[in-house]
Amino acid sequence: MSGSVKDKIIEIVAEQAVLEPSDITLEQSLEDLGIDSMGLVEAIFSIEESFDIQVPFNANEPEKSEFDISSVQSIITAVEALIAEQKA
Amino acid sequence: MHRVVITGAGTINPLGHSVSDTFEAMREGRCGIGELDIRDVDRLAVRIGAQVTDYDPDSRFNRQQQALYDRFTQFTLIAAEGAISQSGLQFGGQLAAETGVVLGTSGGGLSTLDDNYRAVYEEGKNRVHPFIVPKLMNNAAASHVSMTYNIKGPSFTVATACASSNHAMGQAFNLIRSGMARAMITGGSESMLCFGGVKAWEGLRVMSKDACRPFSANRNGMVQGEGAGVFVFEEYEHAKKRGADILAEVIGFSMTSDASDIVMPSQQGAARAISGALHDAKINADQVGYINAHGTGTAANDKTECAAVASVFGRHADKVMISSTKSMHGHLIGGTGAVELLACLMALKDGVIAPTIGYEEPDPECALDVVPNEAREAKVDHVLSNAFAFGGLNAVLSLRKAG
Repeated sequence: MSGSVKDKIIEIVAEQAVLEPSDITLEQSLEDLGIDSMGLVEAIFSIEESFDIQVPFNANEPEKSEFDISSVQSIITAVEALIAEQKA
Repeated sequence: MHRVVITGAGTINPLGHSVSDTFEAMREGRCGIGELDIRDVDRLAVRIGAQVTDYDPDSRFNRQQQALYDRFTQFTLIAAEGAISQSGLQFGGQLAAETGVVLGTSGGGLSTLDDNYRAVYEEGKNRVHPFIVPKLMNNAAASHVSMTYNIKGPSFTVATACASSNHAMGQAFNLIRSGMARAMITGGSESMLCFGGVKAWEGLRVMSKDACRPFSANRNGMVQGEGAGVFVFEEYEHAKKRGADILAEVIGFSMTSDASDIVMPSQQGAARAISGALHDAKINADQVGYINAHGTGTAANDKTECAAVASVFGRHADKVMISSTKSMHGHLIGGTGAVELLACLMALKDGVIAPTIGYEEPDPECALDVVPNEAREAKVDHVLSNAFAFGGLNAVLSLRKAG
């Protein structure tokens, strides 16, 4: 499960960054990848659709969000937690 | 007061994907109306329309663009590209600041609304794509033209139902005439041939189930179309100085409100707009050789429009040619005046009057020269383009041959 979540998120992030999944590293931030605020909300939409979860995120105050988007790894960790919580 | 000329035209509509293809179809009296090819068409009572055919969005726009461009925006950008490339204008520095975009549409991103209402109501989905709002908003097309071409002056969208494009072009004309802008990208676009869009019109019981036959005694209603027409309006001296090819001159505009009924047209309101456009252009009715009619093919519009023209033109009413090209491209609602302005350009530039096709039986209440069924060669120096919207909002433009 963990592997597939990671691969899917890398695929979603890569699509927004217009890069190949192999070009994405886990330490990169969305800013490093050139993903702007619209790319971010589109990526969150894709995550919600792919995993059928609700992602708590308000674009007005991303820093207050419980959803940590500081790096690709943090997004994977957060999504795994949301899946565990919401699919329990 | 500055003079205003047209230096570029572009379109995609049921008759063609370019101005030259559209002119050819109008010359040949070709009909762009056919069986609707849309989802759930079997649940519609009205199953004909004038769709843009042979169009593949993937060949024009990438995935990211399509996430933001409703079909009406896509049509606008295609038409704008044709108009701006023909004009030869490039927008930078002062010219960018002095150029704007004013476009007409009635439904805006109606098919985006339709798709997403379907998703949440019919399919029970609880989430929609994040860009639905910027995709469906009525000003999306104008904004994307502005962003694509770096146009930074007065820009907005006009929504007056079937008169939207004429009102938009009238605003563009007056912005340049008054000195507020040097050039304007103007016209309009519509794409409401989706289940909800057709269903709503169906409810009004004004749609034909077989054909659009304006002015014909056996006419039985309007037929919806889709597409866009976009023009570059430019201040005359600016165009002349750079040696631009001038397609025609815009010389007058008038708008009136019937203040009477939300759907039934008024002869007086239409007549005031027609005579206002002549007065604004400082021409007499007997100088006008051609009128592109609103000519929807409904019982009410066509007889009211003919009575209005007759009352303004008096004895000259028998001499002026008046045709409705909606018989070929359908009623493009908020985009209709823009595509119909092409027929005016063809009349002024090429001396070819587009016909009213599907004309079968004379109607004594529409006893004007409606250029039935076949295009006609004629030299005309001045033309009018009529648009009369639901809500009683009327907008008429007058144009003159270049030079």
